Amino acid sequence: MCLSIPAKVESIEGEMAVVSVGGTTYDASLQMIEGVEVGDYILLHTGFAIQKISEEDAQETLKIFKEFEDLNQQLDEEEQKSGNRIT
Amino acid sequence: MKYIDEYRDKSLVLELVGQIKKASAKHITLMEVCGGHTMSIQKFGIPSLLPENINLVSGPGCPVCVSSRKYIDQAVAYSRLKEVIITTYGDLIRIPGSTTSLDEEKANGADIRIVYSVLDALKIAKDNPDKKVVFLGIGFETTAPSSAVGVLNAHKAGIKNFFLYSSHKIMPPAMAALIDEGVKIDGYIAPGHVSTITGSGIYKDIAEKYKLGCVISGFEPVDLLRSILMLVKQIENNDPKIEIQYSRVVRPEGNLKALQMLDEVFELKDDWWRGLGVLAKSGLGIRKKYADYDAEIQLTVEVEPTKEDKGCICGEILKGLKKPKDCKLFAKACTPIDPVGACMVSNEGACNAYYRFNRE
Repeated sequence: MCLSIPAKVESIEGEMAVVSVGGTTYDASLQMIEGVEVGDYILLHTGFAIQKISEEDAQETLKIFKEFEDLNQQLDEEEQKSGNRIT
Repeated sequence: MKYIDEYRDKSLVLELVGQIKKASAKHITLMEVCGGHTMSIQKFGIPSLLPENINLVSGPGCPVCVSSRKYIDQAVAYSRLKEVIITTYGDLIRIPGSTTSLDEEKANGADIRIVYSVLDALKIAKDNPDKKVVFLGIGFETTAPSSAVGVLNAHKAGIKNFFLYSSHKIMPPAMAALIDEGVKIDGYIAPGHVSTITGSGIYKDIAEKYKLGCVISGFEPVDLLRSILMLVKQIENNDPKIEIQYSRVVRPEGNLKALQMLDEVFELKDDWWRGLGVLAKSGLGIRKKYADYDAEIQLTVEVEPTKEDKGCICGEILKGLKKPKDCKLFAKACTPIDPVGACMVSNEGACNAYYRFNRE
């Protein structure tokens, strides 16, 4: 039961929230986390929010790849010039 | 869908595949130990994208698959008590016991209800005070906190007819046992949602004592490929360590509140794993303080003798020693509709994943 899914918090009432995933809504208990607000994204697992999703880290993960693209291009150009493989 | 679609971006996937091919020279075996990873890897065809020198194997990441058939047999025995309502997550319903399954028993009139959450089970207990509601708690550290909440909420609300039948287990002892058994692993793709709860420290021994890298991975193609790239770099540089790829939800300290709840309700006990035998301090037993909610203590039943199926090699598949296609029964005598072993019917089982996505 590793299956968890990112869901958006639509409303909160006490320790329960209504969250949405692609148009469908679910009930989620907030008993396991703190500081959740409407509009936050949480990881939903068996009816519980088990963690808040960090937008900053999410973007960071995607950003790194773009950096690699530039580095790769640079290395490719250097390799072509020198004729040697760079690792 | 947000936080999913971006991690399926084709250009990022191709970029990462290129990176992996460039960085990877040694012949290596990477193991994942999470049913969700098993499914994602096969569903997205990850092995077909990797260079031939990288071998991906599936380990004991399916909590249902590693549990004994006795668990289902005992759940069936509970369900045959007139005063019992069984509440369970959906994935247990068709798992084969020694002679029957919960699905079959339900068809024969047993009160077995699939629930989305332990909170539903508590509601059923409240609404049916003359019945005994048994909740089947199976899963690793991701799911165990939910069961803990069930017990804690029942205790708080004075609900006396809710019982937990726990088969919860924890991952690290199994990861260590595989290495002790000599299974060839060069690095672990570590479970993403287990780690969301536990944090990254639980892999300390694996990295330091066994010198194997653990990269905690998300579940989308970009996550998995990024994690594989990180492991490849660690291995090529002889630098095994714990890294968090899935940083958008995994914090090094994990979810402290959930960990507190786990510690309040459960204690470690020795437990039996399919393929690995009894592993010390690998299971979660309910503490004496909450014995009133422990189904094994509060309900007495006779359980039929456990019968395993000959020919089923789930044990070896769970250790990564064999792949589903190596099993004589795969896709012939054993299919998701008519399963012999749990690996074929569980939606986190390796055989189920291969049957659905990788059958040629």
